[in-house]
Amino acid sequence: MSAVLEMAAPVLDTRPALLRAEGLSLSYGSVRALDDVSIDVQPGEVLGVVGESGSGKSTLLRCLNLEEVPEAGAYSLDLPEAPGNLFALPRYERRMLAARRIGIVYQNPHRGLLMKHSSSGNVAERLLVAGERRFAVLREKAGDALAASEFPLDRMDAPPVELSGGMQQRVQLAKAIALEPAVLLLDEPTTGLDVSVQALVLDTLVRLQAERGITMVVVSHDLGVIRTLADRVVVMRHGQVVERGLVDQVLGDPQHPYSQALVQAKL
Amino acid sequence: MSPVLDIRGLRKSFALHHLGETIAGFGPVSFTVGAGEFVLLSGPNGAGKSSLLRTIHRTYLPSEGAILYGPDGLDLARAADVDIARLRRTEIGFVTQFLQARPRVSAERLVAEPARRDGDEAALEKARAALDAFGLRRALWGAYPATFSGGEQQKVNLARATLLPRRLLLLDEPTASLDAGARAALVDRLRDLKAAGTAMVGVFHHPGDVAALIDREVALPGTETLEEVPA
Repeated sequence: MSAVLEMAAPVLDTRPALLRAEGLSLSYGSVRALDDVSIDVQPGEVLGVVGESGSGKSTLLRCLNLEEVPEAGAYSLDLPEAPGNLFALPRYERRMLAARRIGIVYQNPHRGLLMKHSSSGNVAERLLVAGERRFAVLREKAGDALAASEFPLDRMDAPPVELSGGMQQRVQLAKAIALEPAVLLLDEPTTGLDVSVQALVLDTLVRLQAERGITMVVVSHDLGVIRTLADRVVVMRHGQVVERGLVDQVLGDPQHPYSQALVQAKL
Repeated sequence: MSPVLDIRGLRKSFALHHLGETIAGFGPVSFTVGAGEFVLLSGPNGAGKSSLLRTIHRTYLPSEGAILYGPDGLDLARAADVDIARLRRTEIGFVTQFLQARPRVSAERLVAEPARRDGDEAALEKARAALDAFGLRRALWGAYPATFSGGEQQKVNLARATLLPRRLLLLDEPTASLDAGARAALVDRLRDLKAAGTAMVGVFHHPGDVAALIDREVALPGTETLEEVPA
């Protein structure tokens, strides 16, 4: 029988947020894509972002991947090599930091992969950015990342263009985790895959998160994906965060009229 | 000794925006639960018993009142989401009537997950022992629970939810759809946890299933007043 539970005070999370974005605002012409959006993510936590198309969730992810710099707002990662507001870094430093410490999986593999290069080469590209030049090491590490993403290693030299959608997502995932990123960004990682493949990709993500404690931000319009992966969730609409909370709370007892409509629309 | 749970004037109502209405959930209610104590929630259908459990778990946001937890009286009604998430991983368990099966995850792996910090093999061993105790056929341990019968799924659910000792366990009709053997296994497991100091608050359609464990009963008479009656 287990030991008697000590009546000590519960241990709370006093660590600083690993990722903090504050007051992000960005317009495309007259469209307000992000309107004063703030989020924070604890180390090892998975934050979900939900909302319908056009709510600004993918724009938010592009800002977190340092592909876009918003008109206003600050973004910091609690890493020694990333001091201060990352949007204020010179463009080259921003890109290097993103390549080294931020992993991303796009909904469309064409955005994240060179479709006619080998899968292993796509993964190795990330390692080259980090300065690795030895062929044997590149190949071994690319193989490790592909294996961790549950990609069949006998296909590692096949170009993504010859692979199924689920396998292409695994190559993207391997590339994203090859350098052990501080944060992994997932943009609709299972959208467009058939349900059985969706389940496999989701399971890989759950397992990776559990084994490595990877901090993640996952954008999806699929509430089932969010419920499976995320601890907390923010609901976005018209570029604003309209509600935030624990996933089961936001899905089980949504407070904002828009969140209620979103949850009630789920099959 | 301070109670594990000290609920003060807790009330919940639901605002349904598309109807423009507010629906009463329960309360206000006040009661305490000490370490190793088992409190049964009773009341007619719709009195808000399950809603009260979900509110303590913070699946529902409280409308009013306090849920003081632990010796320092951390108010779960107002605690930060990240702190609630952490407490759920380590101290506060919720046993429901339904398994949340994940596609392509085997029964034994699903059960082992809360103990994964012990290492994969140790966690799996614990999981198999629990599945054995609840009487799930060995042939099903490596299978995907999505295709199991209701009773089999519930065995997986209970094995997982009671795998680790918790300071507070919330029980929402966990004996529904269980056969006699699994019911007995659950009562055994709860008795062990209770003896080790776990505080429990439960809703049972057939309280007779857990009669030997009940210390006190808190009756929810709809949404009016609350009375506490000795068991």
